[in-house]
Amino acid sequence: MPSSRFILNRIFLYAVAIALAVWTLAPLYLIALAAFSTKEAVFQWPKLFLPTAFSTETMAFFVGSTGVLDSVKNSIIVALVTVVASLILGAPGGYALARFRFRGKDAIQLGFLISKMFPTAILSVPLAIAFLQMDLYDTLWGVALMHTAMALPFVIIVTAGIFVGVPRDLEEAAQTLGCNRLQAFWRVVMPLTIPGLAAAAIFTFVLSWNEVFAATILTLRNRTLPAQVLSGLSGSPLYYRYAGGFFMILPAVVFIFAIRKYLLNMWGNIVR
Amino acid sequence: MRVRTESILPYSLLAPTLIFITLLIVVPIFQAFLLAFQTADGEFTLTQFEKMIADTSFADALKFTFLLLIFIVPAQVVLALVMALLIHTRFKGHTFFLYIYALPLAISDLAAGIVWLAIFTERGFLNSGLFQLGLLERPFLFLSYQNLPALFSTLIIAESWRATAIVMVILLAGLQVIPRDYFEAADVFGANTLKRTLFVVLPLLRPSLQNALIIRTIFAFQTFAVVLALAGRVIPVLTGEAYNWYALNRNANIAAAYSTLVLIFTVIATVVYFRLLRTSTAEAGFD
Amino acid sequence: MAGIQFQSIRKIFGKTLAANDVSLEIKDGEFMVLLGPSGCGKTTLLRCLAGLERVDGGRVLIGARDVTELAPRDRKIAMVFQSYAVFPHLTVFDNIAFGLQMQSRPRDEIKRRVEDGARLLELSDYLARYPAQLSGGQRQRVAVARAIVMQAAVLLMDEPLSNLDALLRLQMRAELKRLHQEIKATTIYVTHDQVEALSLGDRIAVMQNGRIVQCDAPMNIYDYPANKFVGGFIGTPPMNFLPGVVRVNEGKPIAAVGESHIAPSVALASALIEKNGQPILLGIRPENLALASAQHANTIRARVLVVEPLGSHKLLTVQVGAEISKVSVAPDQRVAPNDDVWLHFDPEKIRWMDAATGDAIHPG
Ligand SMILES: Nc1ncnc2c1ncn2[C@@H]1O[C@H](COP(=O)(O)OP(=O)(O)O)[C@@H](O)[C@H]1O
Ligand SMILES: [Mg+2]
Repeated sequence: MPSSRFILNRIFLYAVAIALAVWTLAPLYLIALAAFSTKEAVFQWPKLFLPTAFSTETMAFFVGSTGVLDSVKNSIIVALVTVVASLILGAPGGYALARFRFRGKDAIQLGFLISKMFPTAILSVPLAIAFLQMDLYDTLWGVALMHTAMALPFVIIVTAGIFVGVPRDLEEAAQTLGCNRLQAFWRVVMPLTIPGLAAAAIFTFVLSWNEVFAATILTLRNRTLPAQVLSGLSGSPLYYRYAGGFFMILPAVVFIFAIRKYLLNMWGNIVR
Repeated sequence: MRVRTESILPYSLLAPTLIFITLLIVVPIFQAFLLAFQTADGEFTLTQFEKMIADTSFADALKFTFLLLIFIVPAQVVLALVMALLIHTRFKGHTFFLYIYALPLAISDLAAGIVWLAIFTERGFLNSGLFQLGLLERPFLFLSYQNLPALFSTLIIAESWRATAIVMVILLAGLQVIPRDYFEAADVFGANTLKRTLFVVLPLLRPSLQNALIIRTIFAFQTFAVVLALAGRVIPVLTGEAYNWYALNRNANIAAAYSTLVLIFTVIATVVYFRLLRTSTAEAGFD
Repeated sequence: MAGIQFQSIRKIFGKTLAANDVSLEIKDGEFMVLLGPSGCGKTTLLRCLAGLERVDGGRVLIGARDVTELAPRDRKIAMVFQSYAVFPHLTVFDNIAFGLQMQSRPRDEIKRRVEDGARLLELSDYLARYPAQLSGGQRQRVAVARAIVMQAAVLLMDEPLSNLDALLRLQMRAELKRLHQEIKATTIYVTHDQVEALSLGDRIAVMQNGRIVQCDAPMNIYDYPANKFVGGFIGTPPMNFLPGVVRVNEGKPIAAVGESHIAPSVALASALIEKNGQPILLGIRPENLALASAQHANTIRARVLVVEPLGSHKLLTVQVGAEISKVSVAPDQRVAPNDDVWLHFDPEKIRWMDAATGDAIHPG
């Protein structure tokens, strides 16, 4: 028989937990509500809190606006290039940090930690000028390059954490069984780390999908979605902005939900 | 032969990343310096900085950047600490709540700004709600330059809503390395619990708390899109000014001067960060 | 099939000399055990042979081939890891087949050899399972099966039984011995368990601090330890060491232990004469001490402290002067604590050692 004190504690605990959940979810519900309504409903007074005016009108307007579909396509291309490039470049480095002792390792790790701190706000302006000279300005490649550089320290640190989780013995056993280093990696380490690497890839995708400052500075016409929304921020009607906000949030939230199991591990790693 | 390849292998695996980061992070940082401190013909100059400081928005941008930092960072940390401690009690259904609390991780500051715009705008959800409850007769202008404290508060709320998740995950990761004996699931919010939290758990959590504090401090210097979405140019911030000078005024040099200023603050915060991190990790017994 | 030669192997980790000029020759088909306390360099030596660690000096030969610079896969070795290192993402079948698949053997040959190996290790019923669905003992068998199906000339095992519980370990020990008799691969077996070493090895190489201090057949190691370390490391309970002083009386050396005198075997006498007046240690195993009711030649006074009946024998803890010794006697021996007894030393079984160096004294 639980004591009344215990029950009171439970009630209080759930009350706080639910209050915080409402604090987190309510704004998401409201932006969804605003994004799926009629244009008139956006300016309705007072607004209703139930989806009585459900409509895809504002969403359709947003998607149909000039440049939006292109910007979505651009965002996806940039994010995919960023994911592929940063994993191809970064995962071997993460493996090196996980497996080898070598001179300068601490300095290199510190360097990655520090480079994670540097704001895109600092890098974007000089990069824009350099990209102008290299014909990379206003190209998706330029944005993807920048995003890859941003993501690399993160990818290295996270993948190092993933590779550390595979016992070295397994690789060495594969080597004694006829593999060279690359084969041992491919046949033993890869299959065991695929879920973790996939999670890292998704996180990188979200990183790029959400990035706005560099994307805006480095492009003029070939906008990514956030750059498109940001550059039109002051001149666009409210319903356009609401739909744009919701459109940016949706895939990111879905992706994060897909990798929820890895959230703690990854962020735990990043902090170290 | 094998001996050779073995010892250079880690370096060759790291080389692509190092080259990439050098070209796209290290070099641009120096170029930012050059842009900020050089005249067109390569002479050292402080004119860009003088122009920046003389700019009407500069003082406000500096003031609001630091004000935001002072309010946002503690708000995030306190809220995140409550969430993390709550989740860490492992009550029934805690994973479900964890995923909910972690959702804003995926949301950009621009999107967060827009979300709260829908709430705080004149005919937004907040005013509608207050009106329907009979607490207001007509909409309150949260986002007007006439109500600067209100406008400023909306920024704090939006940024707290978004970035609390990041801090929470950091703290939760830190809580997990603390032995479970320190917690008792049974009475979480009893008087004992409060004492235990203050005097046992918090000191043990210090390394993670410091990390979270300082990471958020560094990123608070970069607050930008959320401000733009909610306040337009009414509340200027440093990063926003860099954006305006480059994107609107087409002046890369003054934009670079703003960037350099942000960089200087970042470096100071980073140095503090590593100072604290080093002592704290040594105390906590991590390697 | 192939013999193995370690030639002056050196391996340094930072400041630790993990292998300090180790030379060892292992004959074709031999079962060689590397024995020593944890951290003495056994694993390091094995890994140098496998090619998982590169040597800082010396050469490694397998057969007539110098393999010092070769990658593990080119050395024609198979290895069983202490952690088993069974691949978690592969079934038992695929684990055992892994090496054969790397050699691109024909499908039916792989199938036949995996099934043979599985039968040998009684895994036939588990081929479709994943390692997570196996017990520790079964996983260990998979690791062994995976190594032996390679039919490599050289089989390396690093403490393969150390993670099993006592009963299973006993059982697997016998099976490994049977397996070796069947496949006859040159085997190097690393262990810190002296019973395992005695039971399995054709020869045992005892290691200490990165060196091999003695390499010989198990019974020779047991009966004639090269020094105090080996005598103390092997045997349960270990060898007793009683301090004494060499005295030479009318050309005949004896050891004075307290008031008693112990005479050496004839063969040792001449070597001991030179050590007149020097301190020595008398190493003797518990079973080579006997109780006597009265003082004879080669007896020493002792007092019984503890009597432990262990079924097959009684283990006595006795005090000799200031020293504590263990004595093993027949189970029906009548003895009780606080008895004063005479301990009889079998002179042929005493290992005389230099007290300063701990090294055994050899016939001059
Ligand atoms: N990779 C390594 N780095 C540093 N020191 C090592 C490494 N491997 C082994 N050592 C050291 O070398 C010595 C011998 O180790 P090892 O061969 O594993 O001993 P054993 O297998 O006999 O227990 C130990 O002191 C150990 O700490
Ligand atoms: Mg070992």
